[in-house]
Amino acid sequence: MTARPMRPRVDRWAPVVEGGFRLQAGLVYAFLFLPILVVVVFSFNGTTRYVTDWQGFSLVWYQRALADQTVQAALRNSLVIAFINAILATAFGTMAALALQRVPRRFRIVFDALTFVSIIIPEIVIALATLILFSAFRDWANPWLAFFAGADGRPPKLALGVWSTVAAHVLFNLSLVLLIVRARLSGMDRTLVDASYDLYATPWRTFRQITLPQLLPAIVAGFLLAFTFSFDDYVISSFVAGSTETLPLFVFGQIHQGITPLTNAIAAVMLLVTITILLVGQAVLTRQSRARGERGSTPLGMLEG
Amino acid sequence: MLLVIPLAIVVVYSFGVRGTDGGYTPAFVLDNYDRLLSRPDPFILSLEIAISGTILCVLVGFPLAYFLATRAGKRKTLLLVLLVIPFWTSFLVRTIAWLIILGPAGLDGFLTNLLGRDVSILGSPWAILLGIVYNYLPLMVFPLYVTLERLDPTLLEASKDLGAARWATFRQITLPIAAPGVITGSILVFIPLMGEYVIPSILGLGKIFLIGNVLQLDFLASRNWPAGSAKAVVLIAIMLISVTFYVWTTTRGRAGRDVSVL
Repeated sequence: MTARPMRPRVDRWAPVVEGGFRLQAGLVYAFLFLPILVVVVFSFNGTTRYVTDWQGFSLVWYQRALADQTVQAALRNSLVIAFINAILATAFGTMAALALQRVPRRFRIVFDALTFVSIIIPEIVIALATLILFSAFRDWANPWLAFFAGADGRPPKLALGVWSTVAAHVLFNLSLVLLIVRARLSGMDRTLVDASYDLYATPWRTFRQITLPQLLPAIVAGFLLAFTFSFDDYVISSFVAGSTETLPLFVFGQIHQGITPLTNAIAAVMLLVTITILLVGQAVLTRQSRARGERGSTPLGMLEG
Repeated sequence: MLLVIPLAIVVVYSFGVRGTDGGYTPAFVLDNYDRLLSRPDPFILSLEIAISGTILCVLVGFPLAYFLATRAGKRKTLLLVLLVIPFWTSFLVRTIAWLIILGPAGLDGFLTNLLGRDVSILGSPWAILLGIVYNYLPLMVFPLYVTLERLDPTLLEASKDLGAARWATFRQITLPIAAPGVITGSILVFIPLMGEYVIPSILGLGKIFLIGNVLQLDFLASRNWPAGSAKAVVLIAIMLISVTFYVWTTTRGRAGRDVSVL
């Protein structure tokens, strides 16, 4: 076999390949945003009958949605659940991350294995497991509550509702916050903490002035992700919310009667809430990292991967 | 701990029997598992859908991640944020949107008119696969992007200078470097897919039953918690086995450290 001269070949296909990449990227983005566009556009439809039967621009469905008592209650529930969940999940998740920093290595391996398992398990299994847990707890606790508070004849009764939903969401989001804060912790400069102790700062002061400011971007990101997760969650809520209605549960219930422009208006409001939160979060994080002279910014969602 | 206790209860429940008004009565029987083995259809269908969904996500996601990592230039951050936004907005809302797009007033109606016979993508496995790729694509693109960003362009140039064809360069340089990303992405997509029940119940029009749908029926509709628990236990077992097997076969001979499941 004779040796071929080794020279770079003229790549005739280069423009085609480059164009192909661009085209594909463009198509994927169109694919990603088309449905969102459809929902928003048709929520402004002035029709009284079919969703897709365009009858001119109108805000009538937004008015109706906001005037509807069920929708109001669902929106209120969703916001309350998402807010409390975000606060609790962020607090517990951050504490857990800080605590894990200090535990011995052997214990941490056990914990990492558990985290792995919790990631392997689909959300629906977690949802039904918490449902069973809460029901068992309720059946166990209600007689006791009746026993202790029975004097006035009307004992408090535990039931599935807002609080069980909050608890289930916190359980699920805690590990999310934990992962984000831990990632930040591991990249943190430990010498600052040491320096602070050398300067006779109390642990609380060190935490407040050194650790907390450095962790803040991760904590903010965790809080916002927990909030949006909870606000949009359907799977877990559908199992543990009992008869309480949240916005996603309401929307899902609507589909079975066929989509109306009302559904679209509510959906558009949900999109607006989530996207606003994401953009605010992104802006806060970008400004913080700029102020600190770090290059680039991490889009929120990438922290999750 | 908070995780282990509920799961342990699920395992215990799976051996029980259904109470007269639903729920659970303690017992130790294997009936639930027995009945499950005689009707494995939802499991098989779920596996088929999850595997093909994962493969589709790789096929669609790889070129995009490659584009973002090597060719997006200054617009990179913007494009990444644009990828994140739909991912973090309501799953439910975005899936409902497909109901309109595919529905009788959308694609199905259009194709029916065009071909002169009834076409319904909605309610078929194709609609579910579409919904899956749509919802899970970002989960595949992010890890791929992260690994592909580390790809050293000089390696590609070297390969080209040595006369390698495009395909050979891809196979021998790009692919091995991207492999950890493919593995991580596949796991991230495959796991939630196995438990998926929102997409099939919306885009499948309630005609297609995956494990998620069956679990939901057992727990919320027929309130047969022990039967549902048994299915959940089997599902967890399938997940553990398949993911471990997948990681093991794909990382053999390579430093397993490259692959981060997180």
